[in-house]
Amino acid sequence: MARINPIDTEYFKDERTSDFNVIGTTVQRSDARGHVTGRTVFFEDMMLPDLAFVKMHRSSRHHAMIVDVDLSQARQVPGVLRVITHADVPQNWYTVLRLIGVEPNDEPVLAEDRVLYLGEPIVAIVADTEAAAIEGAAQVKVTYSDLPIVLDVEEALAEGAPVIKQAGTNYFVYEGHHARRIRFGDVEKGFAAADHLFEWRYSSAPIEHAPTETTGCIVIPQGGGRLQIHSNTQAAFFTLDNTALILDRPFTDLQVKGGTVGGGFGGKVDVMVEPVACIAATLINRPVKFVYTREEEMQVSSPRAAERIYIKDGVMNDGRIVARKVMLYVDAGAYSRHTPYGTTKAAAHLPGPYTIPNVYADCHCVYTNRTPSSAMRGFGVTIADFALESQMDRIARALDIDPLQFRLRNAYRDGDLKAHRKIASGTALIEVIQRAAALVGHDLPEEYRAMSSSTPRGA
Amino acid sequence: MTLLRGRGYASVNYPTGMNLGGDPSQALIHATTMGGFVVSLSSVDLGQGLKTVIAQCAAETLGLPMENIIIDTADTDTGPHCMGTFASRGTHRVGNAVIMAAREAREVMLQVAADELEVDAADLETDGSGFISLKGASEKRIHISDVALAAHFKQGKTISGRGIFLKEPSTPVPETGEMDPDSCQAHACTVAEVEVDDETGVIEVLTLHNAYEIGRALNPAMATQQVEGGAWMGVSHALFESTEPYYPASRAHGPIDFSEYLMPGPADIPVQTSIILERPASNGPFGAKGIGEMTANAPIPAIANAVFDACGVRLTTMPFTPESVLRGLDELRAGAAVQ
Amino acid sequence: MSARIVNLVVNGSRKGMIAYPETTLLTGLREALGLMGTKRGCAQGACGSCTVLLDGEPVVSCLVPALVVDGSSVQTIEGLADGNDLNDLQQAFLDGFATQCGFCTPGMIMSAEALLARNPDPTLEDVNEAISGNVCRCTGYERIVSAILDGAHRRRTRAAATASPEDRDALSPAPQPTEATS
Repeated sequence: MARINPIDTEYFKDERTSDFNVIGTTVQRSDARGHVTGRTVFFEDMMLPDLAFVKMHRSSRHHAMIVDVDLSQARQVPGVLRVITHADVPQNWYTVLRLIGVEPNDEPVLAEDRVLYLGEPIVAIVADTEAAAIEGAAQVKVTYSDLPIVLDVEEALAEGAPVIKQAGTNYFVYEGHHARRIRFGDVEKGFAAADHLFEWRYSSAPIEHAPTETTGCIVIPQGGGRLQIHSNTQAAFFTLDNTALILDRPFTDLQVKGGTVGGGFGGKVDVMVEPVACIAATLINRPVKFVYTREEEMQVSSPRAAERIYIKDGVMNDGRIVARKVMLYVDAGAYSRHTPYGTTKAAAHLPGPYTIPNVYADCHCVYTNRTPSSAMRGFGVTIADFALESQMDRIARALDIDPLQFRLRNAYRDGDLKAHRKIASGTALIEVIQRAAALVGHDLPEEYRAMSSSTPRGA
Repeated sequence: MTLLRGRGYASVNYPTGMNLGGDPSQALIHATTMGGFVVSLSSVDLGQGLKTVIAQCAAETLGLPMENIIIDTADTDTGPHCMGTFASRGTHRVGNAVIMAAREAREVMLQVAADELEVDAADLETDGSGFISLKGASEKRIHISDVALAAHFKQGKTISGRGIFLKEPSTPVPETGEMDPDSCQAHACTVAEVEVDDETGVIEVLTLHNAYEIGRALNPAMATQQVEGGAWMGVSHALFESTEPYYPASRAHGPIDFSEYLMPGPADIPVQTSIILERPASNGPFGAKGIGEMTANAPIPAIANAVFDACGVRLTTMPFTPESVLRGLDELRAGAAVQ
Repeated sequence: MSARIVNLVVNGSRKGMIAYPETTLLTGLREALGLMGTKRGCAQGACGSCTVLLDGEPVVSCLVPALVVDGSSVQTIEGLADGNDLNDLQQAFLDGFATQCGFCTPGMIMSAEALLARNPDPTLEDVNEAISGNVCRCTGYERIVSAILDGAHRRRTRAAATASPEDRDALSPAPQPTEATS
C-alpha cells in the first residue's frame, strides 16, 4: 500500500548479499499504532496531582552587566513556592561537552553578573500552577548596564572588537589555534598552477529545529532521595551526566527515562531544562515540570548556527579542481554548546566528496551576542554543502562543462586520500550521480557511465 | 509576469557517527521464560523509528520472528549506556551493539536447543519462524518457547547477551587537521526543478529526484520516510526558514510562532521520485550507513542551482526569499541595461 | 478565582471536569481528564497538534476556554477506534507509513475526520486545505495526504458495501485515482 523507494540492485552487485528474513523488508513500525490512537506516551503524558511548574525570567538585553535583581514582587505572587538564582546552582558553570574533554566551562546555568544574549536565563520561578509561575517570572525586575554588542562573525574577529567572553577571545581556541585547521598539500602552489581561479562567498541565517513537541522534562523526587527525570532528551546518559555535574551529586542519584520524542533534529541534545527542574524538585520535594513555550523554543533554544563561507578554487581547463581554500565562520552565539565539535565536523567534511590535491581550511567557532547555536540535522555539513555545491555549479558553468560531468571528474573514489588524510573507502558518489542522471534523463557520455568508485582514478 | 523554469543538481556525502568517534552504545538482551527476547537500551527514538529497526536487527541475528522481540528503552537504570541519538549514529552504533548481544544470546540458545534435541549446536539452523531445526532434517526441531522454558527451568542457563559498539576516538592533529572522523559515508545526488515567478520572486519547487546510497536499507519504507521528510525540510530551509530575518545586522522581528516561522504546507510540496543504492559498509549493521541527517542537504543547493538555471539569479544567502530573487533580477536588468 | 465544574460528553461518555479561568479545553482534557492523546505543540493555535472535534467542528483546543464549553460534546483521538479495531483513517495511516514521531498525528487525524464528515469524497486540494493548519516537521506531508485519501476511499467502500440499493445509487461511483506522484 505504501509507496516505497525502490532499491536498485544493479549497483554494487558483487558487494551486496540479500539473504535475510527481516532485514530489507518493510516491517510495520512498532510505534505507528500508538501514534494513530494517541496512546504513544511522550514525557509530558502523565498525571501528577502535586505537580509544580518552573518558568524562567530571561534577559531582555543582548549584552549587559546585571546591576540588580529584585525578587521581592515575584516572591509575593500567590502560588510562587521558590525563586531560584545562580546561588542555588551547586556547579553553575559548565560546558556541555566537558565529558568529552572540551573546555573551558563557559556557560552559566543561571546568569551571575552579566548576560550575553537576549533570552539568557537569570531567575527561575517555581510555582503551584503554570499561571503563577508565568506571573512570578514576569514580576522579576532586573536592572542592566548595557555593554557593546557583537552580532557579526567577521566583526567579532576583527582587530579591536569588544571581547564578549571572559576566557578572553571571541573564538574557541583549538589547541592554541584560532580555528580548526586543514592543511593538505600547498594551495598557493595549486592556485599558481591553475588555469582559472574562482572565489565566492556564501552565508546563511540561524534556523530553528521547530519540532512539534517543545523541549521539556518532568522531575519526580523518589522516596529514597533519587531524582527520576522524564525528558525528551535525545541522549539520556548525556543529560544524566551533565545534570549530575551541575547538581554536584553522585551520578547514581539520577535516573533519566524517556526514549520517545516528538521530533528532535538535534534540538534536544543541549541539557537546558533538567538541571533547574532538578534543583526545583529537590527544594520543594514535589514533581516539577519545566517545558519550553513555543516562543522559547523558537527564540531561546539553540538554533542551527548561521555560517559564512568563502571558497576559493583553482581549476584546470579540463575541469580538475587542483586547489581549494575555505574560510568558514560558524556563529556559535554567546556560548559554546556543541559548536566547537560541529566546527571540527565541518572541517572534516571539507572539501566535499571530491579529490582535490591541495586543501586549506580555517573553520572558526565564533562567539557573538546571540542565542547560542548548537547541533541541528546535518551539523557542520548542511550549510557547507549549500556553499560547496553552489560553487561546483558556478565553476561548471564558467568552464562550460556539464554540471554532472564536472562533478564526476572530481568525484572521490576508493583509495583516494582525503584532506584530513583518511583513505576513502566505500565511496559511491559516482554511482549516485550516474543513477540520478538516469532518473531524470540527463545523458552522460559512455566514459562517464563507465566510471566506478571502486576503480582507481586513471585506470 | 513570467514563470521561469530551471533545473539544478547537487551531489553530497555524509558521515555516519559522532565526529571523531568515541561514541559508544551498549545493548543487553535476555530471553523470557516463553521465548520473548527483551532488548534493553537507553537509546532514544526521535520518530525516525529506531525501535523498529533495532528489533529487526535483533530478530535477524537471533533467527526469530519480529513478534518475539521486545524493545525496552529508554531508562538509564535498566538500559546500558548509549551516547544518544544524533550524528546519524543510532542505527549504526545501536544496531551493531544489538547484533553483538544477539549473537551471544543466540549461541546460548542454540546450545540449549542442541542439548534438548541431543545434537550438535553447529548442526542447527533458524529460519525466522520461531523454530530451531536440524540442518537437512527440519522435522527434528524445537520451538523457541520450549527452548526458553528448558533453559530457565531445566538446564539453568541464561539465554542472554551483551553488546557494545565503539569507534575509538580520534584526536585531530592541530596543525593539519589529520583525523579519522567517521565510520563510513553515505551519498546522495538530488536534481531539483523549480519555477520562479519573475514578478513576485516566489520560488516553487516542482520536483525533486533523489538517488541515495545508504549501505543497506534495513527497512525500505522507513528509509523512504527519511528521504521524503528530509527533502521537505531542505526545501523549507532553502526557501523559508530563519529565526533572524535581518541576520546579521539585527535580531529584531524574530518569529515566535508557526504563523511567522514559515514552512511549506501540504500544498507546497514538490513531487518526489527517489531511488536507493546499497553499497554495504563493512562496519555497519548488515552494512547499513546512517541516513537520518543528510536528507535535507542535497536539495538546498540543487534548488539554488535550479533558480540560477531558471532566471540567472545566483542566490548565495539562505533563505532564498522572494526579495532576494527580485533584487537579483533587478541587478541583472541593470547590468543588461548598462551594456 | 474559583474553580467551576464543566460538564462535557467526551467520546460519548459523560465527564465533569474542574476548570479555572485559565483552563483551556486542551489542558482540561489532558490534566483534568487524563486524555493525553491530544497534544500541546504551541498553545498559540498555530500548529494544530491540539485539534479535537467540538460539537462536530474541528477546533484548536488550546485556544478554547474550558469554561465556555460547558454542555458540549468533544471527540478526541481516543474515541476513534472501536475497542482494538482501528477505524479506516487510522488504518490507512498505519499502512501508508504516514507517521514518524507521531506528535502531530492525533491532530492530523482529527482534522481529517472533520473533513470526511462534511465531504466523504475529498479531492487532493480539499485534503491539503483541511490539514493546512496542522504542522508536521517529520514527514513532508505527502504520506499523510495519501493516507487521508486512502482512508476516505476505504470509508466510502465500506459504506457502499453496507448500504441499501437506494443509498448505493446516491453514493459516488468508482473512486478517482489518487494524484500520481511518481
